[in-house]
Amino acid sequence: MPKVTVDGQEIEVPAGATVLQACELAGKEIPRFCYHERLSIAGNCRMCLVEVKPGPPKPQASCALPAAEGQEIRTDSPMVKKAREGVMEFLLINHPLDCPICDQGGECDLQDQAVAYGRGGSRFSENKRAVTEKYMGPLIKTIMTRCIHCTRCVRFSEEIAGVDEIGALYRGEDMQITTYLEQAAAHELSANVIDLCPVGALTSRPYAFEARPWELKKTLSIDVSDAVGANITLHSKGREVMRALPRVNDDVNEEWLSDKGRYQVDGLTKRRLDRVWVRRDGRLQPAEWTEAFGMIASALEGDKASIAAVAGDLLDAETMFAAKALVNACGSQLTEARQTGMTYDVSNLAAVNFNSTFAGIETADAILIVGSNVRWEAALLNVRLRKAVKAGAKVFIIGPEWDPTYPATFLGSDLKLLNRIPKELGDVMKSAKRPAVIVGAAALAKGALPAALKLVDKFDLVREGWNGFNVLHISAARMASLMLGFTLPRGMGDIAAAAPKVLLSLGADEMDYAPYAGSLKVYIGHHGDKGAHHADIILPGASYAEKDGTYVNTEGRVQYAEKAVYAPGDAREDWTILRALADALGVTVGFDSFGELQSKMIAAVPALGEEGLADYGALPKADSGAKFDGELAGYPIKDFYLTNPIARASEVMQRCSDELLHGADVKEAAE
Amino acid sequence: MLADKDRIFTNLYGFQDWSLKAAQARGDWDDTKALLARGQDAIIEEIKASGLRGRGGAGFPTGLKWSFMPKESRDGRPSFLVINADESEPGSCKDREIIRHDPHKLVEGALVAGYAMRARAAYIYIRGEYIREAETLQKAISEAYDAGLIGKNACGSGYDFDVFMHRGAGAYICGEETAMIESLEGKKGQPRLKPPFPAGAGLYGCPTTVNNVESIAVAPTILRRGAAWFSSFGRENNKGTKLFQISGHVEKPCVVEEAMSIPFEELIEKHCGGIRGGWDNLLAVIPGGSSVPLVPAAQIRNAPMDFDGLKELGSGLGTAAVIVMDKSTDIVRAISRLSYFYKHESCGQCTPCREGTGWMWRMMERLRTGDAAIEEIDMLQEVTKQVEGHTICALGDAAAWPIQGLIRHFRPELERRIHEHNARFAEAAE
Repeated sequence: MPKVTVDGQEIEVPAGATVLQACELAGKEIPRFCYHERLSIAGNCRMCLVEVKPGPPKPQASCALPAAEGQEIRTDSPMVKKAREGVMEFLLINHPLDCPICDQGGECDLQDQAVAYGRGGSRFSENKRAVTEKYMGPLIKTIMTRCIHCTRCVRFSEEIAGVDEIGALYRGEDMQITTYLEQAAAHELSANVIDLCPVGALTSRPYAFEARPWELKKTLSIDVSDAVGANITLHSKGREVMRALPRVNDDVNEEWLSDKGRYQVDGLTKRRLDRVWVRRDGRLQPAEWTEAFGMIASALEGDKASIAAVAGDLLDAETMFAAKALVNACGSQLTEARQTGMTYDVSNLAAVNFNSTFAGIETADAILIVGSNVRWEAALLNVRLRKAVKAGAKVFIIGPEWDPTYPATFLGSDLKLLNRIPKELGDVMKSAKRPAVIVGAAALAKGALPAALKLVDKFDLVREGWNGFNVLHISAARMASLMLGFTLPRGMGDIAAAAPKVLLSLGADEMDYAPYAGSLKVYIGHHGDKGAHHADIILPGASYAEKDGTYVNTEGRVQYAEKAVYAPGDAREDWTILRALADALGVTVGFDSFGELQSKMIAAVPALGEEGLADYGALPKADSGAKFDGELAGYPIKDFYLTNPIARASEVMQRCSDELLHGADVKEAAE
Repeated sequence: MLADKDRIFTNLYGFQDWSLKAAQARGDWDDTKALLARGQDAIIEEIKASGLRGRGGAGFPTGLKWSFMPKESRDGRPSFLVINADESEPGSCKDREIIRHDPHKLVEGALVAGYAMRARAAYIYIRGEYIREAETLQKAISEAYDAGLIGKNACGSGYDFDVFMHRGAGAYICGEETAMIESLEGKKGQPRLKPPFPAGAGLYGCPTTVNNVESIAVAPTILRRGAAWFSSFGRENNKGTKLFQISGHVEKPCVVEEAMSIPFEELIEKHCGGIRGGWDNLLAVIPGGSSVPLVPAAQIRNAPMDFDGLKELGSGLGTAAVIVMDKSTDIVRAISRLSYFYKHESCGQCTPCREGTGWMWRMMERLRTGDAAIEEIDMLQEVTKQVEGHTICALGDAAAWPIQGLIRHFRPELERRIHEHNARFAEAAE
């Protein structure tokens, strides 16, 4: 723990800290552009110069200088002030004066620091440099003349995303940041470079010229595009969500967000269900709430218990609890959230949880992935796996090949080969200190969970301070639905067998509606997607941005999201629809307000009342007779950008899919 | 004047063959095994005692640099010697002469130096434009391999040592030691941050020393003839012999080996046939390659040509590439051309150099024609100060110094041009 002096103030800093970190600990603000906590140190912007004694009689880049015992650091000396002014002047001489038409305005590091550390005026009377436009795909808008060459985007792509798609060409003042051959940056995390860019060189293409940051209302929310539960802030203007930005949570998403979570929000205003529809003469026609409720009530006449509810992938816990309360009040137990028909055992939730946690999996040294395309199913988890590999972990994957961005061994796609562990896998797992297994959705669908649990003993996955058994879900609603008991022993099969008179589909768009031809299908959801097409009655609900709610990610982490905007038109928050339906059916569900609903839910499942990791107890004993069987033909996600009804309604996601996955010609913006 | 018997580079002008046989006849590779048998520490001590300072420009004591290398590898990482043959400094042309006419001096030096610093291999990074030189060097390396002088059990010493030649692609910045390492690794040639220094983590993350061709090539001779012999030349702290490369307005430009600290006048008179048009016609001298400030005629004439002597004049010995300019020189244009060179060669990594070199060059171009205001001279001076000392590597300093030298010594000339230009336009406006 070296002791240093910062501007006369003596402080102790952690070993290995840099001078910049020491200054921050002392409460001194150090201006910087290239330095970023989560990226490697580049030291190229030269903005963080400070005076350090002992050392050469010139200012030092504090971001790259290790703090050492007895250093005397000055951040307020004339030398430092001059150095900052000088660097700022250099940064500005070739930076265009187009702040009024720059989308970064108001959240621009260069703007802010120019005010704080720059000179009053410019002495530069030569011509400014201009840089030709680059194309970086449908998400990233580039105005490279504004680039200050901090290389944050380059380092992010190389180090975090693992795709060498952005780099620098040429040298000196002609240096340009570009993608290789100007191909779009095809990566699930590509848009994070927009947040990283300290100036307006990389800005958001879909959000271009939409709003200024100070006009936006910021609401804390949770991303529902996958089961990671990334922490986000929804920025809204009026009734519209303008953009979603990640918020820092080191346990979950660090400070990144997948492109889908970030850019599906334009789908929130498209293809919305904003009024009640009922099917008359084979066609969906506008109707009133009372009419729809009446139809449901009459369908259940005499046999109230013939009702079932299926939950979709984007639901909050409250909606599911309300639906379960309604169905149970009717005398039915038919509730299921695993809409694609999975039937794994949920008697012990630890067995279907991501027990290592995302932060923990970084420390694993041997990882076996069974049936998961992690890059598409949980892009942010793949970042963690990449970190683990960089720290020396070995990764083995069972399933069809995909590009993990780090070295990994694909053992094949036949699950049976895990019945006799291949030697290369066994050797690595045996010698590992923190071995981990990740069971993905494809393996769950093949019923591989019981056999996978046998690996716990075989690889000794549970040790002191370490639980290496993980299940990776792909649906944001999954863990909450399991905690609420929104499941049946034989899954969707039980519901189909019961042939309910009324089937409540709560945003279930991935399920097979064929077995329910005889049922009155009521779709409560927000987008006119597959579920709505099959529905007999559509009751317009609220999306995740339009209601408060509790979500549980695949680690079993309970998180709350807040309502950012109002649902459009006649759409209502889902619980109110279910509450009204209870009245129409003449049953009591026991809550009249959202607060009451929440407290009832927490009373039923106390873990949902506490933010943070839920405790699911120990893993169950494995069934010794379980065997792996079946071939993993593919993964459940066929198109990363179009996995949920919001994303499918989003023009941006559609364009990403066309361009980045299906190689469609670049659609130039019709400006 | 240095006696012929005291010359290290005996085939500097290529009057004899460069090949192994001829080199051996000149004394190279003569019982190198015995040199190595003295032991690593003894070699380093001898080099330290000789007072040899790095010949690449910075003048860091060579023996001391070698001693920074780890004596044993604690973690299994090998050590490397990188030899800087990326001679791109305008005015410098000594390494070229060594490589094309006396390559075995370099190859033998690589073995001796590499052995002394316990390196596994030497990488000779040669300037891309040196095409014939690279061919010669590669042939020399092959000859040495074939003769068992390097490779497995080099010279029968029991030490395994490889020498690789790597051709650059023509970037000046790759002559900076850490940029050279990056380039060798196949990356974009951009200097690294220090620390870590190459001796701790250099090429492929392994301990590495980067030395100039001349520093390495003189090492075997120093060992053979002794540190005392080498240090008998030159002043205290500036020992030895040195290749001077005199270009510009002298009667006979040449590369010549001379004792350090030789007075400028003697150097020019003895080897270059004097200044073109006589000493009164001398305007200024850039004594150490393009990156050091110029020295006006009056100050340079009796100056000792060594590190400390030229430092006292506000300049430096650099690579001892002496650029002589007589009064026919447009001095502002000359310095402006150098500014263009630095603008062109800046790697673009860090802000002051990337933005500053272009700005300085543009201002220099305006000062050349006088299309400027008097205050802009001070502004230019201030801009050079904003670049100098604020960059990752020394290219920023190198770009700033020539301009600072110009302003220091030729400010009246700059002002004259501005006044003349403005007067002309004042008339035109009327």
